[in-house]
Amino acid sequence: MNRSAAPSGTQAVQRALRLLQSFAGGEEHGLSELAQRHGLAKATAHRLLAALEADGMLARSPGSSSYRLGPAAARLAGAPGTVGAPGTGARGQRSLPRTTPFHRRVLERHDSLQWRPWSGYVGAVSYEPTFTREYFAIRNAAALIDVSPLYKYEVTGSDALRLVDRVMTRDVTKCRVGQVMYSCWCDDEGKLVQDGNIVRLGDQRFRISAADPSLRWFQDCGFGMDALVRDISEATAALSLQGPRARDVLAGLVDDSEVASLRYFRAVEASFDGRPLLVTRTGYTGDLGYELWVAAGDAEPLWDRLMVAGEPHGMLPVGLMAMDAARIEAGLVLIEVDYVSATHAFLERRKSSPFEAGLGWTVKLTPGNEFIGRRALEREVATGSRWATVGIEVAWSELEAIYGRAGLRPQTVGEPPNREPTPVWADGRQIGQMTSQTFSPLLKKQIGLASIETGHSGVGAAVEVEMRVDMARVRARGSVVQLPFYDPPHKRDLAPARLAASLPALPAAKRRRPRDVREGSRDRG
Amino acid sequence: MKAREDASEARVRYDAIVLGAGHNGLVTAAYLARAGRRVVVLERRPVIGGATLTEEPLPGYKYSVFSYLVSLLRPEVIHELDLVRHGLFLIPLDSTLNPLPGGDEVYREADPGRTFRNLARHSRRDAEAYADYKLTMSQIAHFVRRLQDTAAPELMARELDGVEHWEARDPAVAEVVADLGRHFLQAPRTLVDTFLRMLVMSASDFLDLWFENDAIKAALSTSSIIGSAVAPRSPGSAYVLLHHYMGELDGVYRAWGFQRGGTGAVADTLARAAVAHGAVIRTSATAARVIVRDGRVAGVALENGDEVEANVVCSSLAPQLSLGALIDPGLLPDPARLAVERWDSRGSSGKVNLALSGLPRFACRPEPGAHLAGGISIAPSIDTIEQAFDDAKYGRFSRRPFLDLVVPSYIDPGMAPPGHHVVSCFVQYAPYHLAEGTWDDQREAFGDAVIDVLEEYAPGIRSLILHRQVLSPLDIERTVGIPGGNIFHGELRLSQLFLSRPAAGLASYRTPIPGYYLCGSSSHPGGGISGAPGRFAAAAILAA
Repeated sequence: MNRSAAPSGTQAVQRALRLLQSFAGGEEHGLSELAQRHGLAKATAHRLLAALEADGMLARSPGSSSYRLGPAAARLAGAPGTVGAPGTGARGQRSLPRTTPFHRRVLERHDSLQWRPWSGYVGAVSYEPTFTREYFAIRNAAALIDVSPLYKYEVTGSDALRLVDRVMTRDVTKCRVGQVMYSCWCDDEGKLVQDGNIVRLGDQRFRISAADPSLRWFQDCGFGMDALVRDISEATAALSLQGPRARDVLAGLVDDSEVASLRYFRAVEASFDGRPLLVTRTGYTGDLGYELWVAAGDAEPLWDRLMVAGEPHGMLPVGLMAMDAARIEAGLVLIEVDYVSATHAFLERRKSSPFEAGLGWTVKLTPGNEFIGRRALEREVATGSRWATVGIEVAWSELEAIYGRAGLRPQTVGEPPNREPTPVWADGRQIGQMTSQTFSPLLKKQIGLASIETGHSGVGAAVEVEMRVDMARVRARGSVVQLPFYDPPHKRDLAPARLAASLPALPAAKRRRPRDVREGSRDRG
Repeated sequence: MKAREDASEARVRYDAIVLGAGHNGLVTAAYLARAGRRVVVLERRPVIGGATLTEEPLPGYKYSVFSYLVSLLRPEVIHELDLVRHGLFLIPLDSTLNPLPGGDEVYREADPGRTFRNLARHSRRDAEAYADYKLTMSQIAHFVRRLQDTAAPELMARELDGVEHWEARDPAVAEVVADLGRHFLQAPRTLVDTFLRMLVMSASDFLDLWFENDAIKAALSTSSIIGSAVAPRSPGSAYVLLHHYMGELDGVYRAWGFQRGGTGAVADTLARAAVAHGAVIRTSATAARVIVRDGRVAGVALENGDEVEANVVCSSLAPQLSLGALIDPGLLPDPARLAVERWDSRGSSGKVNLALSGLPRFACRPEPGAHLAGGISIAPSIDTIEQAFDDAKYGRFSRRPFLDLVVPSYIDPGMAPPGHHVVSCFVQYAPYHLAEGTWDDQREAFGDAVIDVLEEYAPGIRSLILHRQVLSPLDIERTVGIPGGNIFHGELRLSQLFLSRPAAGLASYRTPIPGYYLCGSSSHPGGGISGAPGRFAAAAILAA
């Protein structure tokens, strides 16, 4: 091929498109690198890149020679059916659902016809017709969960720390590079906007992941600061690798010995097959686990490598239903299910403070930790909170009794976790509602997260929970218990998980937790 | 120094002694300890568990040596003893695969719609009937649950001579009988009718009421023969079918679970529960004799000469030991002694445990998948099971045996090193009494017959075998101590059930010897890792 010849029209389009695809991962690339990668003469590559830049498909930061995706590309990416979709997004046509960068792989393993919308994406509810095996993969082997629909942000600039610290209820100045902090962010009234994980990748470089969009919130809060908040959600694919064998699986993928010794709520920038990979020891199951963040273009290779590495360890691809059951056992709240974001609440009374959402431990009212909502939260500490988020359990004997009166055995066994709010009663009146509940296959009782009046929220308090038995509403006797319901030591241990996995944890109340690993009680929301 | 220690231990006084640290013995001990009694469990072997035993004959490869699944474990036992906290970790099995010759299969999955499609390939009628059958069976199981949850009342005590003192201690008999009577009267007639017929029918006749396809019938009949000296066409096999349907996991009937770490971990769990309540477990402590003084139990003499004193002794051992070798035969009334002598605990099952260097690949489903996490039975037709049984009738092990397989390491990766696997093969038939030779010289030939069948359905499995453990009824007898090696402590047939388990007059966990109780699988409601006899026995002891 004569490289210096002027490209024909079709060829030029092909080359331009190929160049564009290099940016699928969201990173920046230089001219020489691109030319070499695509077998183009530098001059040709430069001409093409310049054209793409002129049309806004690519952009260069001031003073930088590297290209990144431009605003026009971002607009295209926002069009329906684009990211990873096999189909079309053309105007006027019915678009296919938006799919994650792992979708083709998910589809290959998906065998149940059960999908659920998740932040505008298609999420696998369960791969098999029942979620039993997937649940036990989380608890006894390893589980691979596509969590790409999470929103991901990068905060950089000389005021990045200032911005993040101002937003977050935690004291982010205490967050070391390579550390992950779980935190809430609130509005001026101290009402919970959202919760999420902050990864400190550098002095002034942060990653934030969250279940709900927050770009505008972060940008507005950073008005006037030298901080760039970028939404890297589409460009970044994410897998959650969870379960007592997760470390063994990861060891088969990443040589980096740092990963093997990665502590709970720590992060490391590693690589696999020469592709960059951010590993955080976090998750949403309350088990040993990691979350793996890669460029969208590296999603499929990552999945393929993990499936091979995971096979000897009994790893399964796992859907949202099993994860939901696990996160309830772990006592982890979910936005829009267990609390309503202050930015979405129609009724003022639906808003919660972090204290009311069970996330009070993330509120650091230490001197000097100024953050949005602090004054209001200080007042709440002084006056007391109205609501509390607690764990409630209904014992097996009670399930047997209420179903037995109807001539049945307990019927919630094997059912999907229930997100229908159900009334909780005490003293003959409703004191709140159970917001998430599930039959725990492991603990063998009905468990749930509930928002109830603080006066009834002490561990051991007797409550009644409304349940449907046959066709009637009945009240089952339950009690408030310490969260989390399930808290295996291998969640935070550095020791090999295999031995630690041999016994379920004793009730959390009986163990004292070192302060610096407090993160454990609420990994993420 | 040592002698003095032994002597002091010999003088330790307990409130109760439990003989045997199998699952039922441990359950009894846990309940007694929970009620504040000072309990010691005496176990003959150096390890606990009895037939609920995990071993690693090849390092890294764990075998559930004998019993291999859990389903009959009573929810009451799980929750009253807080077993989840002590390590109970049951992983349910979702599916049952029955490979057929020529790469065909009968595959029952958790999803009823898919099972319908799978069965309809063989018979559309049967696919429809299956839903009906499952519903009826779960209704019967639900109905019979009351019997399972009722301690056997002592209706027959007056048949025995000179036992008024013990009959008098069971005043609730009339209430129990009335309660069961009401339960029967309130149940739908058709259900009661089906139940009564199941007590005596053959499984084959029973399944004929629903199904036409032989492969489907064979697949469903496997539960009717497990552990029993019957084949699907033998009268009484329908009851064995029902017995297995009475199992439940979290209230779901006919659900089976695998205990993480193997069934030995069930014993460990129970032991932890017992010890947490203060029970003492002594291994390598072989009981030689139950000491009876002044007409009541006074303790247990060990083979090493030690004596352990207690006013209550509860034996989980087989009746031939509990009511035979361990006591003065003169203490039992003649009818009871005769019944114990005639107790049928001849085994008919064997076990082959395999360590493999890879996954078994079945001709019908060569790729790994959910089927490997379920039960797998090799029973291609009713005839093949019957022919396998024919061998046993004449004192031979089955040349082409029936196999019930589980791949524990696919369900629980902790059972074998990564990428390697263990397979548990429950095998029938293996008669305790061989017409020719002994099990010691036929054991490996029996193992070969099992591998031959396996190789046919899972080609290549032979070349994966790293280690093989073959167990005959003789090995069950030797290791577990059940004479004859019956996995249920005694055949589950009408003549050995409920009021007749282990014998008329001995069904209520009490014996004619004051202070001496029975808590093994040879008491109602029988075998399987249920813990129910242990729980009932503890209740009888605590009520005394």
